[in-house]
Amino acid sequence: MITEIGHFALLLALAVSALQMMAPFGAARHGEAAASRLAVLAAQCQFVLVLIAFLSLTHAFVTSDFSVKNVFDNSHSAKPLVYKISGVWGNHEGSMLLWVLILALFGAGVATFGTNLPDRLRTIVLAVQGAIGLQFFLFIATTSNPFARIDPAPFEGRGLNPILQDPALAIHPPFLYTGYVGFSIAFAFAVAALIDGKIDAVWARWVRPWTLAAWMFLTVGIAMGSWWAYYELGWGGWWFWDPVENASFMPWLAGTALLHSALVMEKRDALKVWTILLAIFTFSLSLLGTFLVRSGVLTSVHAFAVDSARGVFILAIMALVTGGALSLFAWRAPMLRSGGVFAPISREGALILNNLLLTVACAAVLTGTLYPLVLESITGDKISVGPPYFNMTFGPLMIPLLLAVPFGPMLAWKRGDIAAAGQRLYVAAGLAFLAAIGALAMTFRAPWLAPLGIGLGVWLIAGALSETAFRTKLFKAPWTEVWRRAKGLPRSAYGTACAHLGVGLMVIGIVATSAWQSEVIVAMKPGDTTRIGGYSVSFGGVAPRRGPNYQETVGVFKVERAGTPITVLNPSKRLYSAPRQGTTEAGIHAAWRGDLYIVLGDQLKDGTTAMRLYFNPLVRLIWIGALVMFLGGGLSLSDRRLRVGAPRRSRRAVATPAPAE
Amino acid sequence: MTRKQRRSLLIGLCLAVLGVAVALVLFALEDSIVFFYSPSDVAEKKISPGQRFRLGGLVENGSVIRGASTQIEFAVTDTARTIKVTYEGVLPDLFREGQGVVTEGKLGADGVFVADSVLAKHDENYMPAEVADALKKKGVWQGDEGKASKSGGS
Repeated sequence: MITEIGHFALLLALAVSALQMMAPFGAARHGEAAASRLAVLAAQCQFVLVLIAFLSLTHAFVTSDFSVKNVFDNSHSAKPLVYKISGVWGNHEGSMLLWVLILALFGAGVATFGTNLPDRLRTIVLAVQGAIGLQFFLFIATTSNPFARIDPAPFEGRGLNPILQDPALAIHPPFLYTGYVGFSIAFAFAVAALIDGKIDAVWARWVRPWTLAAWMFLTVGIAMGSWWAYYELGWGGWWFWDPVENASFMPWLAGTALLHSALVMEKRDALKVWTILLAIFTFSLSLLGTFLVRSGVLTSVHAFAVDSARGVFILAIMALVTGGALSLFAWRAPMLRSGGVFAPISREGALILNNLLLTVACAAVLTGTLYPLVLESITGDKISVGPPYFNMTFGPLMIPLLLAVPFGPMLAWKRGDIAAAGQRLYVAAGLAFLAAIGALAMTFRAPWLAPLGIGLGVWLIAGALSETAFRTKLFKAPWTEVWRRAKGLPRSAYGTACAHLGVGLMVIGIVATSAWQSEVIVAMKPGDTTRIGGYSVSFGGVAPRRGPNYQETVGVFKVERAGTPITVLNPSKRLYSAPRQGTTEAGIHAAWRGDLYIVLGDQLKDGTTAMRLYFNPLVRLIWIGALVMFLGGGLSLSDRRLRVGAPRRSRRAVATPAPAE
Repeated sequence: MTRKQRRSLLIGLCLAVLGVAVALVLFALEDSIVFFYSPSDVAEKKISPGQRFRLGGLVENGSVIRGASTQIEFAVTDTARTIKVTYEGVLPDLFREGQGVVTEGKLGADGVFVADSVLAKHDENYMPAEVADALKKKGVWQGDEGKASKSGGS
């Protein structure tokens, strides 16, 4: 019964989204205010309906109702409850439902909290949201209905793929989708601005919080995916340039550029064309990502179940959305008044460089991801483009960008003084240089460029701290004044410094792990010892064990360092019962200096067990860096200026003077 | 600097960065593309030893021989031709005789493929698309009776 209610609610939501899409057309007859009220009501209704649908699917999973085909395909009564719930979105149909849920949530958010948006703008934004929602509802209803039934109901389900039964992967899709879908708001705003024919700083002030929130969640979503792949897939790596990973990374790159572009628009009313195009491209890349993952065109570790009908549908959605938006842009862009003037060397100039490099890097990743596809359809040759390509193209493009990052916030708007900015960064440069020398001295082996990479990371961190120090006049004024300044500094200044610092941490982690990872492949019998990464690891043998829905073979490894015992690691190989599938659980000892990572292999004929040991220096910094970036974004988001006329709190629009900087 | 000059400078900068990126991409593509071949392709196309490529097919039943320590030998087949593969390391969980596998490495002078990575990261009924296509071309594709398990996301 509940499933039927859910199904009905979903179809109602489809109808409501169609209504929402039509709202602006009623404005001519009934007035802007009435049309706006209709759109707001529709958006809120849509959210409630989709929520009902989502909850009813969750109910079906939790109660293991195997008459629902989706539950049968992807669940099992022996699964722990937590994974029954996460199994709701651990499959294609359910995850699409999550997608539209978040889409409806954001739409309802704009509707509810956007009370000080001009009526017409709000109506059009919600209409665009409604249009996107309608397309996806149609997609779900025709090709991916989670509520399809089986009669007679089977006795037991097929179970969830064991490698998905994991806390990080349970939470990864919601975060990721919040990011993807959040960019739809920026897209809707961009299209609304084009339709309306005007775009100004107030518009940018509106777009920023939503874009920032989406970006924050996408950052964490990607980081979680990487962290999960690291500890679950057992290959000791944290990023494989797999097409599906790229599918999430490309919107992130474009979204970062969008974020910075919107910032310029808000402050200086410039870069309008960049901002609109980036908003269109970011969301289009989100759609492309959805297409790549679900259509089966690319072989990948995590592609969903293959179905060409779905692929074609999503491609059609993409053509409509992206093509429509770009055509609209071509038609209406000339109407946008050009904004503020600025010199090439200025904060605007630095941000243009930022946009340029990020966009080009994104294009490089796109080329590498789609090239196999294109080549196969033209010549029939099957090729794969792997990490070497991406490292060769993405890396060199990022380096100039990362070098420029500390300069950006130090330059003034409109006309900046690069010499003055450089002077403020002497200390940071010095620290970076020392760090590079230090790294070289500590490791003194190839690759020789790695210490420079470490220097780059320290440059970013020190640059971020230098910026805060400069603004608060640290070491140049009495402590009381420094404290006063620090308290008065807008939160977005802290947010910027924090986020850039996070990037620096990530860079250090990436360089250290990529350059200085050690790997040992060996077959040991109980009592043997191996040395790796400064640890001595002795093997204690394997033993069988039972879990809730699996059997496992567990290895025992005593880890010591310089004679003192550190820990005991228990990597294992599991055999799940439904579906019958094996997984490898790595044994990881995480420490600040790096991770010790052990993977069990098969038992060999001579009584030894094969195994792989890795030492990954400073690898945790990668995800800590992502977390710090998230925090930085959060700090910025909580800035009072962004809440003025902004969705978080409904306050009357108050003119805030931009702080002199 | 006039507005026009500024705009020209900006366009010039954009083109320069784009040019560098295109050069990098072309260079990298040429260098790092890895072709996929089935055992029959290897014979037909006369792949020369030392060339890096991916070899895919089914693991021939009864062909897995574990050598000393982490040395493993097995054979990859598309039921028309077979190629012996040697690999040093730990095999992935889903590596099984009679299942699809993709390995990457180089062909040795003696016709044995020296693999440095073995990819089988999926559920037990997974058949990499390339392998399925290759088998289909040979007319020995056994259809979707294993496909029923569309289990889960991956």
